Amino acid sequence: MIQNVAILLLFQLGGELASRGFGLPVPGPVIGLAALFATFIALPRLADRMRETTSGLLAHLSLLFVPAGVGVTAHLGTFAENGLALAAALIGSTTLAILAGVWAFILTAKLTGAAADD
Amino acid sequence: MTDPFELWSYLAEEPLLWLTVTLAAYVIADRIAEALRRHPLANPVLIAIILIALVLTISSTPFEAYFEGAQFVHFMLGPATVALALPLYDNLGRVRKTLLPMLAALLAGAVTAIGSALGIAYALGVRGEALLSLAPKSATAPVALGVSQAIGGEPTLTAVLVILTGITGAIVATPLLNALRITDWRARGFAVGLAAHGIGTAHAFRVNSTAGAFAGIGMGLNAMLTALLAPLVVGALF
Repeated sequence: MIQNVAILLLFQLGGELASRGFGLPVPGPVIGLAALFATFIALPRLADRMRETTSGLLAHLSLLFVPAGVGVTAHLGTFAENGLALAAALIGSTTLAILAGVWAFILTAKLTGAAADD
Repeated sequence: MTDPFELWSYLAEEPLLWLTVTLAAYVIADRIAEALRRHPLANPVLIAIILIALVLTISSTPFEAYFEGAQFVHFMLGPATVALALPLYDNLGRVRKTLLPMLAALLAGAVTAIGSALGIAYALGVRGEALLSLAPKSATAPVALGVSQAIGGEPTLTAVLVILTGITGAIVATPLLNALRITDWRARGFAVGLAAHGIGTAHAFRVNSTAGAFAGIGMGLNAMLTALLAPLVVGALF
């Protein structure tokens, strides 16, 4: 478990160094994700060893957003000025983006024959 | 018995209290969501945030003091993002088969997220900094804040908009996609991750593990595309 957490931190650290060092537009943890994914393909045994730790962490992913969310409540004032318009834009655009994504995915999957397998 | 004031100043200075409050609020929020039979509006993140904000207001605790404790939870976001590599790897076969659908969904979703947010807000009279702050709102927070700064938005407002977008996506996704009878978990997950970043991904994991894996990919890819696209769109329009 400690070893697995150390591996996750190591990949995050490498990602942060790459992101900041090269001024990449991608955050460090996302680079760490891609690097760990590539490592799993090369070393399938590592994936099995880390399964318990990662699924424990991901099962409570929602919890990890709570502190940032509380931070946001202190700045709701910045939202108030254009509150209704911004709320309409958020709800409208998030809904439209989900629909555009889902439909583009399904349509392309049909065209390329990558039908759902479950 | 110790002076209650002394006791309070001990608690107020140590991270223990607010770390405990954060976990407890989340457990209570999850129970409430369970009791409401997981109604989409009963989002555990939203409920926990409201509970903690109430406690902070009542105890007149500044956010900085709260974050001394909550930072330990917040910190785990980084390792958890890296951990998304495993569900991604477990879905490798599905991922390989759907490279083109993902690319199409990414382009359609990212353009729609940026364009429709700017379009709706502009039509309703939002201008200037507030409008620009809206452009990167579907990207994960660190990317969105950087983009907002680069295009002349207000990063603090963007932070608020990013979190609210995530919660909106988590609330809207399941009822919307069920109503449309969309059963492809790959498509559902990918779209939610790209439109509503980590909070949407966390929601997708609760619903279905394939959806969660694809949501993680959607979030990662949209972080990159928004960083490239938002400055271009804003540059072309304003």
